[in-house]
Amino acid sequence: MKTITRQKPYEEILQQLIFGNRLFIFGCGTCATVLETGGIEQVLELKEKLQESGFLVTGWTVIPTACDEMTSASAKENESAIQGANGILVMSCALGVQRLNLYLNKPVLPVLDTLFIGLEEHPGYFMEACAQCGQCILGYTAGICPVTACHKGLLNGPCGGTNKGKCEVDQDRDCAFTLIYNKLKEQDRLDLMKHYHPPKNAQVLPRPRIKILEKKEVEQWV
Amino acid sequence: MGMKFKQRLDSGEFVVTAEIAPPKGTDLEQMFHHIELLKDKVDALNVTDHQSSVMRYPSLGGCIAVEERGGEPILQMTCRDRNQIALQSDLLLAYSKGIQNVLCLTGDAMTVGDHKEAMGIFELDSVQLLHTIDLLEDKKDLGGNELSGEVTFCKGAIVTPEADPWEPQAIKFEKKVDAGAEFFQTQAIYDLDNFARFMDYARQFPVKVLAGIVLLTSARMAKYMTENVPGIFVPQDLIDELSSAPKGGALNKGIEIAGRMIAALKNDSICDGVHIMAINREEVVPDILDAAGI
Repeated sequence: MKTITRQKPYEEILQQLIFGNRLFIFGCGTCATVLETGGIEQVLELKEKLQESGFLVTGWTVIPTACDEMTSASAKENESAIQGANGILVMSCALGVQRLNLYLNKPVLPVLDTLFIGLEEHPGYFMEACAQCGQCILGYTAGICPVTACHKGLLNGPCGGTNKGKCEVDQDRDCAFTLIYNKLKEQDRLDLMKHYHPPKNAQVLPRPRIKILEKKEVEQWV
Repeated sequence: MGMKFKQRLDSGEFVVTAEIAPPKGTDLEQMFHHIELLKDKVDALNVTDHQSSVMRYPSLGGCIAVEERGGEPILQMTCRDRNQIALQSDLLLAYSKGIQNVLCLTGDAMTVGDHKEAMGIFELDSVQLLHTIDLLEDKKDLGGNELSGEVTFCKGAIVTPEADPWEPQAIKFEKKVDAGAEFFQTQAIYDLDNFARFMDYARQFPVKVLAGIVLLTSARMAKYMTENVPGIFVPQDLIDELSSAPKGGALNKGIEIAGRMIAALKNDSICDGVHIMAINREEVVPDILDAAGI
């Protein structure tokens, strides 16, 4: 599972930098490195580009996993370079941005846009596999999620745009319901496709969604 | 034609519907003209619902105009633009304005239309929308609350007889039947043998089927449709027939083909009626009916 990110256009990155010209850059050694959006190479590229644009980069680091609690240690290690910066640029998904924002009382700015949570089906091919709807129906759909695999997120079968097993919206993408049908047929479970799915509950956990682990001593991280 | 659409369906007589598209804006004259032209020539008039995801004057507004002018509207309702509350309240408004027929559709993808960055809602799908109408008829809403007054609709849905693959489409068709669909208007059909095979299947179910007739206006259009539009197959001999039309005569040839198909469907009792879609050429629907001998 990876968080899929894409670098913002450089102009848009610059538009955020209205508070000063001294910057610290964080990359992420996990998803953003695999996706080549926030690994060492991309951090150094951005550093150079910013320097060419007249910014001073006080330091940079690539955190092993920007979204986890070890990020606070990495922020501490780089304390003096961070002190010297007016703003922090983060080349990770929005989770890493928000994690750093817990520890730093300076503008923390995203360099990347977070697109989706993807499953690497085969090397270099990521597909959105879960929309976190809170009501999993994979048991009825041969393990293929129509909420994410169907463009419209339909539950009860294909729309009229299904075209020779492909999706009307993109001829390179399979119609979710052709995939589901074929796999259920292969497993001799086609009856499941006839199951009527009522409308989903859009308020399983009303936003903002939180989860608190009870009866468990949660270590103090900060 | 006097008889209400539902009664006409139940009578077993050959039913003819056509469709009109509301304008992009508030200049309603052409829509009114199409309503006046067609309201007494067909059993009911579909009013499209932001067809192809293009924002327009609403289907509901068009249906009210049909009703006010003494025609019988079929409200096309897609799931693309409205959540549960909006869909249900539009149905209540429709009923209160005398609109008694609803065609339940999923709706096109937002990306094909003219608001490419807008959110496609699809909170309900077409099967769930049919169930929702059933619920309203039982004086309940989707929240489980009681409703005052009454609501009844003649419920319709669509089916694509040429869908490839067919089996998932058939499963959805049967879900729509189970959800209370009383009539189906099909995606455009051009191959009568294929369609007759579909009807052999559809006849097992207690529903009425109106074959979709989309007017072909040129060989180029026919070729484009068969190559690009999902679920549409135009046999080569029809494309050739359109090509062979004299210069400027393709539209008349298309009218002749549509009329011939309708006559064959009617005379051979292949299905229960037709739904004529003369997209942007609504004014020739009477000519198509003449060509069909209706």
